[in-house]
Amino acid sequence: MQKKQLRVWEKKWISICQNKKKPEKKGRGRFLPWLLLSPSLFGISIFVLFPFADVVRRSFQKAVGNGFVGLSNYVQVVENQAFQLAAKNTCRFLAVCLPLLLGISLFFAVFLTETFGESKRGGILKAGFLLPMAVPAASVVIFWKLMFDREGILNQVLGFFGIRGPDYMNTSCAFGVLVAVYLWKNIGYDMILWMAGLLAVPESLYEAARIDGAGRRQCFWYITCPLLVPTGFLIGILSLVNAFKVFREAWQIGGNYPHDSIYLLQNLFNNWFLKLDMQKMTAAAVMLALVLALILLFSQKIEQKWRQ
Amino acid sequence: MGKKKIAAEAVLFAAVLILVFPVLLLAAGSFLGKEELMESYGSVLYSTDGTLTWKLIPMYPTLSAYVRLLLDSPDFFVMFWNSCIQVFSILAGQLLTGLPAAWAFARFSFPGRKILFSLYMLLMILPFQVTMVSSYTVLSAFRLLDTHLSIILPGIFAAFPVFLLTKFFEGIPNSLLEAAKVDGAGEMKAFFYIGLPVGMPGIFSCVILNFLEYWNAIEAPMTFLKTRSMFPVSLYLSSITADNAGISFAASMVIMAPSVLLFVWGQSYLEKGIAASGLKE
Repeated sequence: MQKKQLRVWEKKWISICQNKKKPEKKGRGRFLPWLLLSPSLFGISIFVLFPFADVVRRSFQKAVGNGFVGLSNYVQVVENQAFQLAAKNTCRFLAVCLPLLLGISLFFAVFLTETFGESKRGGILKAGFLLPMAVPAASVVIFWKLMFDREGILNQVLGFFGIRGPDYMNTSCAFGVLVAVYLWKNIGYDMILWMAGLLAVPESLYEAARIDGAGRRQCFWYITCPLLVPTGFLIGILSLVNAFKVFREAWQIGGNYPHDSIYLLQNLFNNWFLKLDMQKMTAAAVMLALVLALILLFSQKIEQKWRQ
Repeated sequence: MGKKKIAAEAVLFAAVLILVFPVLLLAAGSFLGKEELMESYGSVLYSTDGTLTWKLIPMYPTLSAYVRLLLDSPDFFVMFWNSCIQVFSILAGQLLTGLPAAWAFARFSFPGRKILFSLYMLLMILPFQVTMVSSYTVLSAFRLLDTHLSIILPGIFAAFPVFLLTKFFEGIPNSLLEAAKVDGAGEMKAFFYIGLPVGMPGIFSCVILNFLEYWNAIEAPMTFLKTRSMFPVSLYLSSITADNAGISFAASMVIMAPSVLLFVWGQSYLEKGIAASGLKE
């Protein structure tokens, strides 16, 4: 019934289109959009914007009273040793994980589309890649413990090859565990994003290149890659968001004070919170927000330049 | 070509097997009896002597762990129910406030639209840790800490659903809506008779993605909740004691079940949702 009506409308639209000039793209009205936005804006202002503004204000103030102390809270945070460790670890984690994740997931995206295309078996494999996304952190903790214990599965498998593995969680190998967990969780998600990007590359470009005698590899390096760069920036941002969520696994495996090599900013914030160290928290929250906003802005700028 | 293709398929299947392995092992573990569990994983879980033997097929499969979990652990039920209350209220609230907002972003041009949308995008990428203090102050000012509402309200006003729904609504061809207007349909009718039905895949994928996200919530509950009886099920295993470890496999499976079932049912919507969040304007 509804479909029929849609079709009737569509027909009418076509006939109108042929006679009249193009209508305006967007709806008019000044009041209506704001009315529609108001519930969401109201909530976001109350729960995020106003309180965050308050946090910014408090980051320049003393713990007790209203005295303005300038940047001293910020200086305290930056000089804090735990902060330096956590910031270093977080940067290292991002520097290792993001390129790895983007690379591996792109590889599988290309590989999967080339091998299976849109076939049903490809769909089943995609489900396999995506499944980790649906597995709550709470459920896999026990598996990670079994896997990475001194007597765990990984060391047993390595034992077959005569390698004596370490106790992963309590040495600097913990960093590797975290990387593995992050990759496991996010490969499918990023793969789907890459695949959407791959689909958007017009087939005609490949055909033209093939006529000019370009091989498959050349097609990939000279057509696919440059066209995928904007997608890549966006996937990078989304993966950055997800990198902060790795704390869910990290906290459940390692607790509040895990091995030094995986003491991330998230752990630090959490511990400051437990100690009610509000001065440091406010200053650090403002800094982190600023850094992320800059990254977002920067990546958008670069991407725009790339497009031209 | 034939050989190459078989090799490619083998590589892909191997990769998927590695990714799915944790789930398979957990599933197998949940059917182990007490003795077999002790024997296989005792060296890690209870630090007994002996070596670890992991298995994907239990020797003596039994449902005893599930029975103990479902009959003898009342706190598990309480936490499972808490998760349901919190997640479903968040999802409903997100749609109620997010749908009109997304419609406004996708279908109207008004001054400030671009800046406002960038603001939503920024809010979307801010990690929980940045807004933790500010949320805490508001929640304590409203005396909502340690209640379900302390999880629900900040969850409802997340920026991601608005962002995602906007992407889907922008995909509706303008021709449809213009045609409806020519037929005399007002804004309301256009939204309910075209926007909602045509945007339904977007709504599904929004619900699925956010379900996976909030069913897995860890940071917010551990920050804003103190009483154990308010905890969601995602915190159940982190508070389990060592002598209860036997049911942890079964608990893992039951916690995972809603997410995985929804995933199996809505895989195509999930894929659409992920792909849409990567769309450029």
